[in-house]
Amino acid sequence: MNTQISIDVSRCVGGGQCVVAAPEVFDQSDEDGTVILLSEHVGVDQLETVRDAARLCPAAVITVSQEAGR
Amino acid sequence: MTVAPEQRSVVVVGAGIAGASAAEALRREGHHGPITVLGEEPCPPYDRPPLSKDVLRGSREVRELGLRDPNVWDDLGVDLQLGRPARSLDLRRRRVLTDTSETPFDGLVLATGAVPRVVPALVGHPRVHVLRTAEDASRIRDQLTGARQLVVIGAGFIGAEVASSATAEGVDVTMVEAASAPMTRNVGQTVAKGLADLHQRHGVRLICGTTVVGVGGMQGVLLELSSGETLVADLVVIGIGADPNVSWLRGSGLDLGDGVLCDASLNAGPTDVFAIGDIARWPNHLFGVTMRVEHWTNAVEQARHVARNLSHGLADPFLGSRYVWSDQYGLRLQAAGLTAETEPTLLVDALAEGRYLACYEKQDRIVGVFGAGMAKKLARARALIEQRTAWAEALEILSDGVSR
Repeated sequence: MNTQISIDVSRCVGGGQCVVAAPEVFDQSDEDGTVILLSEHVGVDQLETVRDAARLCPAAVITVSQEAGR
Repeated sequence: MTVAPEQRSVVVVGAGIAGASAAEALRREGHHGPITVLGEEPCPPYDRPPLSKDVLRGSREVRELGLRDPNVWDDLGVDLQLGRPARSLDLRRRRVLTDTSETPFDGLVLATGAVPRVVPALVGHPRVHVLRTAEDASRIRDQLTGARQLVVIGAGFIGAEVASSATAEGVDVTMVEAASAPMTRNVGQTVAKGLADLHQRHGVRLICGTTVVGVGGMQGVLLELSSGETLVADLVVIGIGADPNVSWLRGSGLDLGDGVLCDASLNAGPTDVFAIGDIARWPNHLFGVTMRVEHWTNAVEQARHVARNLSHGLADPFLGSRYVWSDQYGLRLQAAGLTAETEPTLLVDALAEGRYLACYEKQDRIVGVFGAGMAKKLARARALIEQRTAWAEALEILSDGVSR
């Protein structure tokens, strides 16, 4: 099973909580801090850290779904 | 008879970012009982930060600012009662009273936000505004269109964002600040000096150490300053801070000094009564300081924290690091932690080039950070603050890759 991650950059407030929680999956622009998705899919081993990142995001920008990508 | 925490009825007073986030988070925490949200404004919960930026510049309409799709509240089973400001709280009978209703609660979340301060001499003038609501922003936008001169009173984040939006629209801006520099009491003299330069570099006339003592004018506004000077403006925006909106709680028995005094878990005294967002004053054990924070992210974090405590019968302390951002003149400014108690050490000092990083120390720990255009370092600094990292170690980590 694959994990699909999607982000809504337009609502990102640039706090970088996701980068601290899951640096392998999220980066951020230095200029304004908005999120950069490094990897749309992650393995099961990274699922929990990505879920933590999604939970921590104050603007609820990150969506994690377990279905395989389209 | 006891009802399981997740089955009880919860009333959330306030439908801003704090109240809306609390309702949403309660469901996410598995709360099954009824949730009622009482909101003063007639529109569904919306996002305020874009009001001073996108809305004033005309790139977004206020109706595009909804926090969530309007159906979400129904889907979550949240009873959103809009245009219904709470008038009083009866803690003995555990009811919130509006003009026309009494809503009983098992759990209560107080999230009534803040009310912008006004300059008494200017009250009632049709071209003098505060900026808090979507309605305020629409009115300012209307008058800004075609205006030539704007006076902003107060050089805080709101005033600065209004000034930045107006200059981008080609309006001449004069900013009047009572202190010796912008945000001196929030970020210290060093950063305040940098902020003053930023305004001036973008063509704003900044008048510090001065207050407005009188007003006149019919078509436009004539402002009389404490210095004796008179300013002419098409409109005026006041951004001199806000006071916690707690007047409706007078006589309820809650401790109302500056906001609602809570314990470390944001409990306001009575069982299952919490305060969050702009009105919550609580001892933050991360810093050993009792504080009240009027920032968007803090409101969300407190909402989620209280939702968790309330749903699971916990009393975990809230240890937020008070992150805030502000967009000015194409720059994103960011800060976290305590930035007012000491003067910072500047790791990067190039605000003119859009890069700035100031770190604040207290009792040999890093406790605060202020930056621009260095979001990664800022996020790192915030994490170090939350981890209570020693000052020397934090500086070493944050200096990596930057030339001092």
